[in-house]
Amino acid sequence: MSKRMDTGNAACALAVKAANVDFIAAYPITPQTTISEKLADYAAAGELSGVYLPVESEHSVMSAVAAASAAGSRTFTATSSQGLLYMHEILHFAAGGRLPVVMVNVNRAVCAPWCLYADHQDSVSQRDTGWLQFHCASHQEIYDTVFLAYKVAEKVRIPAMINYDGFLLSHSMLPFDTLDQETINRFLPPYRPDWKLHPQWGGTFGNVAAAAEYSAYRNTLAEDTLKAADVIEEEARAYKDLTGRWHGGMIDVQGPQDSDVFLMSMGSMSAEMSLVAEALQAQGIKAANLKVRVYRPFPGAALRQALPQNAKLLVFDRNLAYGHEGGALLMEARSVFYDSGKAVKIAGASVGIGGVDLPAAMLTEKALALLEGLK
Amino acid sequence: MNEAIKSVKLADMPDYELVKSGTGGCAGCPSPMGLRIVGKALGPNSIMVMTPSCAVASIGVMPKSCYDVPVLNVCFASAGASAAGVSMSLDAQLKSGELTGEKPTVFTWVGDGGTYDIGFQGISAAAERNDDFIHFCYNNEAYSNTGVQRSGATPKYATTTTTPAGKSAQKKNVPLLMLEQRVAYVATASLAYPQDFYRKVMKAKSIKGFKYIELHAPCGPGWKFASSDTVTLGRLAVKSGAWLLWEGEHGKLTLNTPTKPLAEGKMPLTELEDYLKAQGRFSHVMKSPQKDAVIDEMKAEIRREMDFMLGREKL
Ligand SMILES: Cc1ncc(C[n+]2csc(CCOP(=O)(O)OP(=O)(O)O)c2C)c(N)n1
Ligand SMILES: [Mg+2]
Repeated sequence: MSKRMDTGNAACALAVKAANVDFIAAYPITPQTTISEKLADYAAAGELSGVYLPVESEHSVMSAVAAASAAGSRTFTATSSQGLLYMHEILHFAAGGRLPVVMVNVNRAVCAPWCLYADHQDSVSQRDTGWLQFHCASHQEIYDTVFLAYKVAEKVRIPAMINYDGFLLSHSMLPFDTLDQETINRFLPPYRPDWKLHPQWGGTFGNVAAAAEYSAYRNTLAEDTLKAADVIEEEARAYKDLTGRWHGGMIDVQGPQDSDVFLMSMGSMSAEMSLVAEALQAQGIKAANLKVRVYRPFPGAALRQALPQNAKLLVFDRNLAYGHEGGALLMEARSVFYDSGKAVKIAGASVGIGGVDLPAAMLTEKALALLEGLK
Repeated sequence: MNEAIKSVKLADMPDYELVKSGTGGCAGCPSPMGLRIVGKALGPNSIMVMTPSCAVASIGVMPKSCYDVPVLNVCFASAGASAAGVSMSLDAQLKSGELTGEKPTVFTWVGDGGTYDIGFQGISAAAERNDDFIHFCYNNEAYSNTGVQRSGATPKYATTTTTPAGKSAQKKNVPLLMLEQRVAYVATASLAYPQDFYRKVMKAKSIKGFKYIELHAPCGPGWKFASSDTVTLGRLAVKSGAWLLWEGEHGKLTLNTPTKPLAEGKMPLTELEDYLKAQGRFSHVMKSPQKDAVIDEMKAEIRREMDFMLGREKL
């Protein structure tokens, strides 16, 4: 273990290098680019265990990593914004094919108009592609989530997307701790799938299925995605036992568990949100920060368990659900508590779109206004 | 060049069958005919990557497959990148010792739609990177699977369901683009010349890097001819000059027989009209008062292309 002071993207590249990745394909896009460049440096210096394929588009990136995964490789790529949107068709393919690809998406607003800064519209738009979606709130969490994502993805055979906010985390310098290789290998041994696209194994991959078989495959994916929540909790605890590091399971409640008010958000905003919780506490409101670590599967059971009867849930989205009041998190939080037997009052707002700054003072005001509305 | 790999008689080709009985292809479909030759040349230690097409629609319903080798069915624009991904994954696993033995030959089997149009970017990029696989384009000059719509490979004047009055644009020449990308190996082939095709596949198999082979694949339902005439149409195309047989290595071009003697005037060209009237997609031309002018224009285009290739061969 050693202490580093570096960018979020550097933390990500260091983790990928240490994760026994066999195959990387990449294509540049801000703010992800420095991950791909760093990995290319590692490859050129012979420091990477795997191979590096510089392709000509993100559609090809995902086509290449999905194929390499089917052939038996542990694969990685990173993208942002338009790049993620451009992959959309192959995101469905990778999940339907149960290929445990791991990808980092450095969150960035989508065009039009062009905007380089952070919001979650890119990843939220990929919600129903069948991928697991993690969100990180710190450099340390980025580093640690890379290993967790591989462990879970390979266990449940579902691809995983690790999200973190462009520039706010990708380009800022913050301290984080690495792990020694032996500890990493203990948590995440090399990838040994039980089937490979290879004449030694035989078989065929992805050909035409009749309705009954097709729906069985897809329904199984839907069920297994829900079940992945338990695997994530379990592996996050195993990682904590091994390394002492904890960023939450599906969610992370920071502050009194019996609070009256819970401030829910994901990404870098959920780091800021602990200051908001403190500000509310200073005003005599019992408040806790509720960080959503995993957006897919949605942490429904974890939320129902965490929130006490009659709690107030304030949801802060960094995305817009067009044609609906509020963002994606708000909508899903409401559906989780509907008919749940728990009386939880819910309000929310979409903030920080296109990277609009989110200082704690502004978020506190917003929280107070939302609370006022709930009275 | 090409002397190392000798011509093999049909009867002397291996017994191995890549296409099992029960393929869902139409009678006379050129895709399984071509794949049989490919299988004989490459053998069972191969991995096939396919994109949506007639060749996929006829594969059989999961978990069955009419193809004997492992197949990765990818999305329409994915052939170049996915084949590269499989090939590089194999290289990495062979290097690390995770896999042992001879590297399977990675090849794609993709239509003209998946090659000329939607997949062109990825294939051209794989060619530029010199990724190690064989790209096969079976060119039936249309999107046959979706009901015979135009593609970038549909020849001028041919009717399709999206060019009901006949196509007004010239087709692309993707093999020539590949030659100018100076890929490790590029060849055109015809079902009517299976020995030539077999030799070219063997040649491609022997070379590391990016190889491109385009097989002219007359489609009965698409072009409107009887299912028994697939090979006849293929032969007429070559003999009339509508399809040229050639190969190239790193930009060095060689014209093959009979295209070379036909182009040099050492062998008479079959009348183009014989090729056109053997199929229905040009019937509006045959009935048109401008018929002679159109056929003259087509012949002039063939002559131009032959002259171009004869000159290009000298470079
Ligand atoms: C992205 C996408 N667009 C459209 C289609 C529909 N589609 C399936 S096969 C096909 C045409 C295939 O043409 P070609 O590659 O020439 O093969 P052929 O059918 O002629 O054998 C089309 C348009 C698709 N599968 N994916
Ligand atoms: Mg076609």
